[in-house]
Amino acid sequence: MWEYSEKVLDHYRNPRNVGKIDDADLIGEAGSLACGDSLKLYIKLDGKVIKDAKFQTFGCGSAVASSSILTEMIIGKTIDEAAKITNKDIADELDGLPQEKMHCSVMGHEALEDAIKKYYGEDVIAMEEGLNPSGEKIICTCFNVTENQIWEAIKVNGLKTVDEVTNYTKAGGACGRCRGVIKDMLETYYKKAEQTAELTPTQKILKISKVIDQQISPQLQKDGGDVELVDVDGNKVKVKLTGMCSGCKNASMTLKNFVETILKDKVDSKLEVEQV
Amino acid sequence: MIYLDNNATTKIDERVLEEMLPYLKEDYANPSSMYDFAKKPAAAIREARVKVRDFLGAENEKDIYFTSCGSESANTAIKGVLNCNREKRHIITTKVEHPAVLNTYKEFENNGYEVDYIGVNSQGELDIDELKSRLRKDTALVSIMYANNETGVIYPVEEIAEYIKSKSPETRFFVDAVQAAGKIPINVKDTKIDLLGISGHKFHAPKGVGVLYAKPDVRFTPLINGGHQERGLRAGTENVPYIVGIGKAAELAMDALSYELKEVKRLRDRLEEGILKNVFNARLNTGVKDRVPNTSNIGFEYVEGELILLHLSDIGVCASSGSACTSGSLEPSHVLRAMGIPFTALHGSIRFSLSRFTTEKDIDFVIEKLPGIMDKLTSISPFQDELEVLRKRKG
Repeated sequence: MWEYSEKVLDHYRNPRNVGKIDDADLIGEAGSLACGDSLKLYIKLDGKVIKDAKFQTFGCGSAVASSSILTEMIIGKTIDEAAKITNKDIADELDGLPQEKMHCSVMGHEALEDAIKKYYGEDVIAMEEGLNPSGEKIICTCFNVTENQIWEAIKVNGLKTVDEVTNYTKAGGACGRCRGVIKDMLETYYKKAEQTAELTPTQKILKISKVIDQQISPQLQKDGGDVELVDVDGNKVKVKLTGMCSGCKNASMTLKNFVETILKDKVDSKLEVEQV
Repeated sequence: MIYLDNNATTKIDERVLEEMLPYLKEDYANPSSMYDFAKKPAAAIREARVKVRDFLGAENEKDIYFTSCGSESANTAIKGVLNCNREKRHIITTKVEHPAVLNTYKEFENNGYEVDYIGVNSQGELDIDELKSRLRKDTALVSIMYANNETGVIYPVEEIAEYIKSKSPETRFFVDAVQAAGKIPINVKDTKIDLLGISGHKFHAPKGVGVLYAKPDVRFTPLINGGHQERGLRAGTENVPYIVGIGKAAELAMDALSYELKEVKRLRDRLEEGILKNVFNARLNTGVKDRVPNTSNIGFEYVEGELILLHLSDIGVCASSGSACTSGSLEPSHVLRAMGIPFTALHGSIRFSLSRFTTEKDIDFVIEKLPGIMDKLTSISPFQDELEVLRKRKG
């Protein structure tokens, strides 16, 4: 028997805002029947303010409770305020969920995110969140969990083990084939965090220089261009594009999508690259 | 409270408890001791062994070994038999065994054994032809449950035993009879079953005691080494009160068998009919005749099982679900998946399991209340169009 809080009990027994809004401005969806839970979230807007929200959920008690409380949390908020709600906020609002049930709060968050994406258009959100298009890779094919959903769950909830990731996202809970990948992701995440914490300013500069020399330059040289490190100021990496790259109309894209992505990945996710 | 989860565990019969009490109080002697004080507990164990012998239809009480639970009985049978026959490294079992059995075979598989898992059809019946075709000269062990815990479907273990022994006499045959004991007659001496395991708490004895039956010519190594108890095959000072309890429960279950087969079955059928008639999104997951009389597995489409159980619990009804959400495993029941139950009903499948303590009033209460609960729960579901189709079809 799960240890549900009084609030969870109240919300599955008397769910608020059940149903459909026929002229909804936004509809967010998450989960699927085959996976064992799914949620449809309907939002009615008044300008940027969420005037009404309703939900329909197929799922267990905590899934219904998460959906129900989510509607209460977002009604009256602006879209921008609602966009800041995390799965942890949903669980906290319910006075907590059992570990194994945290994925229910994640499903609520995903439906909300899906609705908001439709408001802004996908690209804006993707850019704001710094998502990489390749990050939409599905890691868990049984439950359709993407790489980004797993990164997000690890980050927001401070997950440390594969089982925890499974509890929060369901990934790895069925056939288990992706458990190895999840383990690697956790190792990568914490190794990165460790490294970032340890680097002194000099170490950081040396590492940036090394990554540029060994991984970035050789690639650009293939296209007849190159890049030079000019200065590092805090997290700002100042570089100069040379050869074919200088004056190329795609230079700023090269800088952001290629140079910055690699440096963020290999050295520190807080780095920003700018051209001088 | 209305308790319809008797395949999970049962209430201890008052008469069982009465028999046990002296051995929890004044008659606490170790039955192996030499003084007179130990005579009564030693005699009580002998008596219990005879009662269990009769309950299982075994020839000799020496073939009865007391264990701590059904899982221990299964582990002893499987590991014990395979340890004694290390050249043969092939095992046949089913996809729908209890985890106590399945996970034990997974371990052997990891250690290089070859294991064939026999499937079931949409009604949960075993594919006997497939089973027969998998039997080989080097098959060390075949292991089939007597009745399935989730669906109640009975497997033809006697026929299977005949076949195995006619084709490969050295292959051992273990039957997990945990869900059959107390619900249908068991008569091992008329069969070619080598080993059979049961668990007390499924037929009104307390939790913490089980039995392994093994034919006299079957060799197996003990799971627990130590003293001479249970003929050296299960060490540890005998759990006298619980052994007395399972003995008494076996005796009572034998007396109650005809009631189970007639009256419990009548109530189960009444429940099934009532639900299917009154609840528009209900479907019977299996309706085969060869089922234990107390079990019914019903799928409620487009509603999730844990949510149903929580609402049933709120009105005092206990049942269980093959839903992923109740176990924390995220995976719905391996039994229902092996049957290919459509996923519209897979997550909302509920098992009702009755006992001789279930009353007509209990059943009528569930039939009366369930439609209201299901109306409330289906109204939350995002699959309104699909539900509307079901509603119309039911008229």
